[in-house]
Amino acid sequence: MRLQAVDVRLGYGDRVIVDGLDLGIEAGTVTTIIGPNGCGKSTLLRALGRLLRPSGGEVLLDGKRIDKMPTKEVAKVLGVLPQAPTAPEGLTVADLVARGRHPHQTWYRQWSSDDESAVGEALAMTGLHDLGERPLDELSGGQRQRAWISMALAQGTDLLLLDEPTTFLDLAHQVEVLELVRRLHGELGRTVVMVLHDLNLAARYADRLVAMRDGRVIAAGPPAEVLTESLLAEVFDLDAKVIEDPVAGTPLVVPIGTRHS
Amino acid sequence: MTPPLPRPGRAVPPTATAAPVRPPHERPLRVGPVSWLIRLRPAAVALVLLAAVTLLMALTMRIGDIPLTVPEVFRAITGDGPEHFVVMELRLPRALTGALVGAALALAGAITQAIARNPLASPDILGVTTGASVAVVAAIVAAGSTAGGPSGALAEVGIPLLALVGGLAGALTVYLLAWRRGLDGYRLVLVGIGVTAVFTNVKYWLLTLGDVNDSSRAMVWISGSLNGRGWEHVYPTALALAVLVPLALLGTRSLGALRFGDDTVTGLGVRTNLARGLMILAAVLLAAVATASAGPISFVALAAPQIALRLTGAAQPPLVVSALTGAVLTAAADLLARTVFSPVELPVGVVTAVLGAPYLIYLLVRARKEARS
Repeated sequence: MRLQAVDVRLGYGDRVIVDGLDLGIEAGTVTTIIGPNGCGKSTLLRALGRLLRPSGGEVLLDGKRIDKMPTKEVAKVLGVLPQAPTAPEGLTVADLVARGRHPHQTWYRQWSSDDESAVGEALAMTGLHDLGERPLDELSGGQRQRAWISMALAQGTDLLLLDEPTTFLDLAHQVEVLELVRRLHGELGRTVVMVLHDLNLAARYADRLVAMRDGRVIAAGPPAEVLTESLLAEVFDLDAKVIEDPVAGTPLVVPIGTRHS
Repeated sequence: MTPPLPRPGRAVPPTATAAPVRPPHERPLRVGPVSWLIRLRPAAVALVLLAAVTLLMALTMRIGDIPLTVPEVFRAITGDGPEHFVVMELRLPRALTGALVGAALALAGAITQAIARNPLASPDILGVTTGASVAVVAAIVAAGSTAGGPSGALAEVGIPLLALVGGLAGALTVYLLAWRRGLDGYRLVLVGIGVTAVFTNVKYWLLTLGDVNDSSRAMVWISGSLNGRGWEHVYPTALALAVLVPLALLGTRSLGALRFGDDTVTGLGVRTNLARGLMILAAVLLAAVATASAGPISFVALAAPQIALRLTGAAQPPLVVSALTGAVLTAAADLLARTVFSPVELPVGVVTAVLGAPYLIYLLVRARKEARS
């Protein structure tokens, strides 16, 4: 188990969102957390990335309590891309991606050749090499999201947590970002945990789906086992048919609604 | 075709030929395990500003009631007589205090603006300057005429000390009120503005209580003045800067990171609240020391980092260039304060306020335009 939540209780202030949750993330897998708005999936991801300290239970990284490890050491192994991240005004793409090298730098080691090649490779992998000098504010939504993923790549961690990396993107860009995530996994063997809203894309790009509702895990496993008609009813209160995706062979959710029933 | 991908955590062999990803004006300097990024433009700007502040100091040595030529200044430094006293005891310490105070204020401003993620923020909102003003005004009004007047022990040691304590107490008030399970930049700004408003009104209320002479003396102090500043102001300020500037520079990288959202910063392995707390502490101490020496000189902390930002074309106010800009601004403002209405000397804070107010309006107009577009 690379990353593990053991009996965690999570919340903000007095409001408890997740209570008594257990979840393990195996090395070399792509795990996608799905669930209705407010079910606690982003909260769980933040806790796994030690952005939120559990008020009960513990989060283990490689078997050690993540909150007891030096945060800079964690940052060398685990990268987090928060939901809708914000960057300072006027920042260039290259500056943003270079920021990913922060955990590897000290005051006397500010720009090593490792930093330089890691940033160059991260830019190349996300297809942004020609845009390095462009301010982030001038990019399209898809390019901007790729720049942020590029920053997480430059960090050089083999664990990546992505909170809704496809929000605000059109379908073509969503696919582009998820193809990139798949390549990270396929070519680099990285372990990815992400939160996604689109169930069909989640089914297609994940090895493992975790379905949550009201702060609890309802089902976890391969997409074909998790994404069933009864689960959709239980988790999303959604009346839907599940057919086979004609391209990938994964489950495809077709909502029924009232107009055609 | 996609390029081959690195293994995570892999050390890249020196033969790797990735194209440089830094712009041409940034040069890496690498010796063994040590590597620095030399930014040519900020370095050049820093040298020019250093020359400018030296030139301004030299001018200050020459200009005054007793005008001196350059050779006379040099002779005054080595010899004795009235010129020696004028240069070494009056003009030089005053000019040095001005430059040091300006540098400290600008550095405090650069840090505050980075933490608040707002170009309109200044250490004033940290409660330092108004806290110091309340303490000093209270002391002058309560004990001014009984404690030896403007040149007595109160003025020399008591007032700077009171200003320091008052400034730190003001900052502590803001900090405690703003802390809520961590320190948020926006919350800090809002609480700071509120506390500043309260302190400012207390200050004016105190001024109405005092006798006319004490109140007018207090007014000179609260507008920020370098008049009569001697070596007893230079040494503490220089000592404080010698400690705080390296501390601030060590935090530069965290400060750069802190301009991002908190989740991003934490994800990068920065102890967000600790880093932010330390940097705010550095800003508070710098502003408090500066205020203790020269009173609350306005606008330097606000304007210098933004001018430095535009001079260097950087993405965030660079600390060293900001400090040098602050030194140049304050030295130039004090030169104007001494000479424009000569023989009447204005408090330097009046000059910085007159120059700074239009600048603040410009910033506000620009911010509004950006918000609209």
